[in-house]
Amino acid sequence: MDISVRRLCKEFDRYPALNGVSLEVGSGELIALLGPSGSGKTTLLRLIAGLEFPTSGSIYFGKEDASQKSVQERNVGFVFQHYALFRHMTVIDNISFGLRVRGRRNRPSDAAIRKRASDLLDLIQLPNVANRFPHQLSGGQRQRVALARALAIEPRVLLLDEPFGALDAKVRKELRRWLRELHERTGHTTIFVTHDQEEAMEMSDRVVVMSQGRIEQVGTPDEIYDRPASPFVFSFIGDSGELAVTIDRGEVFLDGRSLGPLAEGLPDGRARMFLRPHDLEITDDPAGAISGEVATVRRHAATRRIEIAVGEKRQRIEVAVPATRGFVPEGTQTFRPVRCRLFPAN
Amino acid sequence: MLREVSARPVAPVPRPRFARLARRRSADAASARRWQPPTTERPLARWLLIALALGFLGFVLVIPLVLVFVEALKSGIGVYVAALADPDALAAIRLTLLISAIAVPANLVFGLAAAWAIAKFQFVGKSFLITLIDLPFSVSPVIAGLVFVLLFGSQGYFGPWLSDLGIEIVFAVPGIALATIFVTFPFVARELIPLMQEQGSGDEEAAISLGASGWKTFWLVTLPNVRWALLYGVLLCNARAMGEFGAVSVISGHIRGVTDTMPLHVEILYNEYAFPAAFAVASLLALLALVTLSIKSFLEWRHGASLKAQRSL
Ligand SMILES: Nc1ncnc2c1ncn2[C@@H]1O[C@H](COP(=O)(O)OP(=O)(O)OP(=O)(O)O)[C@@H](O)[C@H]1O
Ligand SMILES: [Mg+2]
Repeated sequence: MDISVRRLCKEFDRYPALNGVSLEVGSGELIALLGPSGSGKTTLLRLIAGLEFPTSGSIYFGKEDASQKSVQERNVGFVFQHYALFRHMTVIDNISFGLRVRGRRNRPSDAAIRKRASDLLDLIQLPNVANRFPHQLSGGQRQRVALARALAIEPRVLLLDEPFGALDAKVRKELRRWLRELHERTGHTTIFVTHDQEEAMEMSDRVVVMSQGRIEQVGTPDEIYDRPASPFVFSFIGDSGELAVTIDRGEVFLDGRSLGPLAEGLPDGRARMFLRPHDLEITDDPAGAISGEVATVRRHAATRRIEIAVGEKRQRIEVAVPATRGFVPEGTQTFRPVRCRLFPAN
Repeated sequence: MLREVSARPVAPVPRPRFARLARRRSADAASARRWQPPTTERPLARWLLIALALGFLGFVLVIPLVLVFVEALKSGIGVYVAALADPDALAAIRLTLLISAIAVPANLVFGLAAAWAIAKFQFVGKSFLITLIDLPFSVSPVIAGLVFVLLFGSQGYFGPWLSDLGIEIVFAVPGIALATIFVTFPFVARELIPLMQEQGSGDEEAAISLGASGWKTFWLVTLPNVRWALLYGVLLCNARAMGEFGAVSVISGHIRGVTDTMPLHVEILYNEYAFPAAFAVASLLALLALVTLSIKSFLEWRHGASLKAQRSL
């Protein structure tokens, strides 16, 4: 089932939580909604599920206008951030709830419901917890039960709100891989919300980066990381540093010193230069290089991160050097930008 | 196995070291004894507080309650049974049970509706409604009775019109029921509102997204989530409905054998110096209240753990 969201707006007491969001999700795709807190990810997901009503704009499931449909008719599987398992029901009753509440005509037989629920328990690899209550499960187990409950109704679309938010790093990693495999097997169109960029990059076919109720960029993880469409995306995804520079006929100047013709095609004037830690190399050649005073040196996994203060304004940027170099620089160092990204300042 | 491991290293320890070890251990024990949780009062203050609380409770609650039963049974069991078998007493008992059979279900429905509206929806005038729910607690029951007389009495706003239709409210069962409903309204709602607010509407959203209708969501999710709180509210409401005096006294007209409830009947007997009979009916009333409270305590004890687990989830 493909989903099409068109110029969707949502206001809460005149506060715009979503500001004209348009998005196309292909059938069977796994999409991540990524963005800082308050950027409207949950709101978008709830609008798609029908748990909120849009102020304007429309949502299509395939060719049908979903705005005309109630939550029940949309047939989406929604996994809530805090799972919202029914606390007075056992795991098996939770999972079969969606089938049991169907009208008499569409309801499978009791035996079929039991069969489906126990199949799902196998699928989530928890065959032995059928008769426990939710408060007798660990966080990761609850998470999986919530997913099984959503899958039981054979939804056309699966929506997950920060599915791994409340779990520790290790369980998260396992569940991530598990969910990715599950998706490959079942092929549900899936949208999940996260504010963990590693999770978004690793799991999804495409990432939707949101900020302040708008979509900043939609693209594959490679596109998002390598070709950020806006200063926000550049600074939000991965580590980055920013320098205030000026452009004059394609040449970039930092504090009056030229860094070379890096800005072909960009308008003259003040600009923002974004650099990732790996985009800088230590050099002895001062021509076209950035020099700065070493402020701190920190170990960061397989690299050493050197923070330098550049120019009169002492703008801070980070440089990554391999930790194996055993090199602890001091004083002033020069670095050559291998890659960089420029955006006009406004 | 475990004991072996811990026993072995102690046995071969040479004497001087053992002594030092023992000294250190006793020092640890002493400081452990001296240590107190920072929120604990000193023993004297603690005992004084406990004694004060228990003494007060005994004086104003336990002794009077015991005295009721002592007085009731003082003249022998025969008098006791005769007092309860009196036709007027039986009528009062019947009426009291009838009134709580009307008032409790009514307040169950009203309370549930009010709590639902307050906890799950946003609307203007919500805080006003919450204040209004507490009104019966803060207003004297006598005033409640008077208001109903004013509204439905023969000189009241609706009284003449209703009596033309052949409906009697004041000095009749409907009036007593209305006054009781008014006075006991907050119990169910008060018990439910905080719980429902705490639970939010996440479970309901989950149920709806799984395809459940609003009706099924209510029966299968909302109601089970609050069932114990609802039961407490109902039990308290029941205890109060059976014991209500002020409002009922104003509106019932004290027609003996017709509009007398148990509390009113006790008062009448008392004013007639029929002490054994008065205490007999009073003891029955107290017994009903005690049974209600024991059911509540029993449920709390029986389901307390699962309640807590559910709340903390
Ligand atoms: N029911 C509501 N009433 C009023 N404002 C709301 C409501 N729900 C969300 N908002 C506001 O809308 C904005 C977007 O909220 P949303 O929950 O979609 O953010 P989010 O991206 O999911 O953030 P997080 O990562 O913290 O979950 C926030 O500023 C929030 O305060
Ligand atoms: Mg959210």
